[in-house]
Amino acid sequence: MQFLQLVISGIAQGCIYGLIALGFVLIYKATETVSFAQGELMMLGAFGALAGMTMVGLPYWLAVPAAIAGMAVFGVLLERVVIRPILGQPAFSIVMLTIGIGYVARGMITMIPGIGTETHTLPVPYKDQIWNVGPLVLNVEQMVVIAATGVLCAGLFAMFRYSKLGIAMQASSQNQLAAYYMGIPVKQLNGLVWGLAAAVAAVAGLLLAPITFVHANMGFIGLKAFPAAVVGGFGSLPGAIVGGLVIGIVESLSGFYLPDGFKDTAAYVVVLVMLMVKPNGLFGEKLRKKV
Amino acid sequence: MRFIFKTSYAQDIQLAKHGGHVFWYSVLGLVLLGAPWLFAEYWLAQLTFVLIYAVVGLGLMLLAGFTGQFSLGHAAFLGVGAYTQAVMTNAGLPFPLALLCAAGLSAAVGIVVGLPALRLKGIYLGMATLSFGFIVEEVLARWEKVTGGNAGIHVKAPDLFGWKVDSGEGFYFLCLGIAVASTLAILNLLRSSTGRAFVAIRDSEISAQSMGIHLARYKTLSFALSAALAGVGGALYAHKLQFISPDQFNIIQSIDLLLMVVIGGLGSVHGAFLGAIFLITMPQAIALIKDYLPAVIGQAPGLQAVVYGVVLVSFVLFEPLGLYGRWLKVRTWIQMFPFYRKGMFKRQKSFQKSDRLK
Repeated sequence: MQFLQLVISGIAQGCIYGLIALGFVLIYKATETVSFAQGELMMLGAFGALAGMTMVGLPYWLAVPAAIAGMAVFGVLLERVVIRPILGQPAFSIVMLTIGIGYVARGMITMIPGIGTETHTLPVPYKDQIWNVGPLVLNVEQMVVIAATGVLCAGLFAMFRYSKLGIAMQASSQNQLAAYYMGIPVKQLNGLVWGLAAAVAAVAGLLLAPITFVHANMGFIGLKAFPAAVVGGFGSLPGAIVGGLVIGIVESLSGFYLPDGFKDTAAYVVVLVMLMVKPNGLFGEKLRKKV
Repeated sequence: MRFIFKTSYAQDIQLAKHGGHVFWYSVLGLVLLGAPWLFAEYWLAQLTFVLIYAVVGLGLMLLAGFTGQFSLGHAAFLGVGAYTQAVMTNAGLPFPLALLCAAGLSAAVGIVVGLPALRLKGIYLGMATLSFGFIVEEVLARWEKVTGGNAGIHVKAPDLFGWKVDSGEGFYFLCLGIAVASTLAILNLLRSSTGRAFVAIRDSEISAQSMGIHLARYKTLSFALSAALAGVGGALYAHKLQFISPDQFNIIQSIDLLLMVVIGGLGSVHGAFLGAIFLITMPQAIALIKDYLPAVIGQAPGLQAVVYGVVLVSFVLFEPLGLYGRWLKVRTWIQMFPFYRKGMFKRQKSFQKSDRLK
């Protein structure tokens, strides 16, 4: 039972990693760049909802969509203002750029007097509730994380499979130039992808907030989502979620069965092993540059 | 305008290309030699830090700027060097031997990290080095018998075969000597065939390979040299601070180091020094202007992060060659006055080169 309990909490944590990793993968697939600001976008989303609920006084069910929509718009703007001007430059410039954006976001939040340096709890309706299923004690917060991740994944799957927008995104991620020739507005799509990634990050933030706290440094969890994305294969959307689950479960189990210190490094050990054994990840496509 | 007429092949690889170089670097050398008498003690200490960071920056510049391999875990090498130095010095080893150990161990660790680099590219390599950085930090924190764990460890003053370097001036000269030596070593390396091979790998791995460059060997070598310099820097850092703990070698430090080479200017040796100056003077500058800002902004704890972020973003957006690139423009403007044209350093529009097979 202990084992099952650990696995469940690992899955819940893994869903968070998976959602952040999903943002990385979305952006990577669309623009072949890596955003290091994903964790900070998540933090901004959580703070957005917090501000909506505590300052404006919105009810939970209104504050959440507002925060997600707000972050989506923010993502589109971010792409338009800072990312687009340097598209085509070496991938590393964009990595540095997003690290810079992350710094600014974290610093800005910290600078807000009275709020930035404190830790907050997001007053969600399902706070601290517990279900007893047989011998298992299920934390409702974790169940919500798992359920919401499932719904979100189904939604994304449907979008990429059936909607025109999703298919256009797939096309432009496979070959930007060819997609452009087919009349797909690649630049606008890139903007939308950033918006989508920011929205997914905001969802992750909102789901994570009840489990931990809302804090300016909560974005550092994004650093653990990288291993998730790599384990799944950087170019694969289902891979991101699976990778997240793998990392989450390994972390949860190693925290219990292995000595101190392994919990924090488990994710990185897994990713190093993965890179040695299967550098393209579980679901990654094999890439070889053509001359 | 200065025209250099080449009359011999040896001129191509001379370090000082013309009289101007000789003159200005001599002036710089004299100022640095006279620094203990020219500057107050506080500024001398800052200058020492600049030299230390420059040594680390040179290593990262070799890796990132000249070989094109990015390391997001460079603080780990710094940490390995610092801890090796601390343990060795406290065990009574003389400074040069301890330094050699620090550099050697860091280089060995660098080779281990470099091994996946042979198969990994771009973001995957970044991930591998990042993960490695986290693991090293955790090892430093948990291996309490040797490293003292999170409580940290004190480092004795360097002992140069009986000459205890415990004054600020003495240590400054030590750092200066090491910084100059490593700069010359890097410059020398870059004009050798090894250095050219590094640059070739950076520009195109495929063409480098087809020119007969053994990718695996040179990439590992680059990692090893870079890690060794980071180790030397870490050793000096340990002596300068006299106290080290694992949280000084975390991801933030790694990112700071990257920030240093990017802002300094990737692909230039000057960039390592300019970046180090930036990294050290920036907090001071922020502290200075703090008083003139309204209290809401000036006293806010996040100010430094915002300034760093904004500077980084604006450099990437507007000056991808960093401070050194800016200096090149200024110098060209002065040299060509009044004939400087606006588009001379215009960035070429480029299409993203896809790494995808399809």
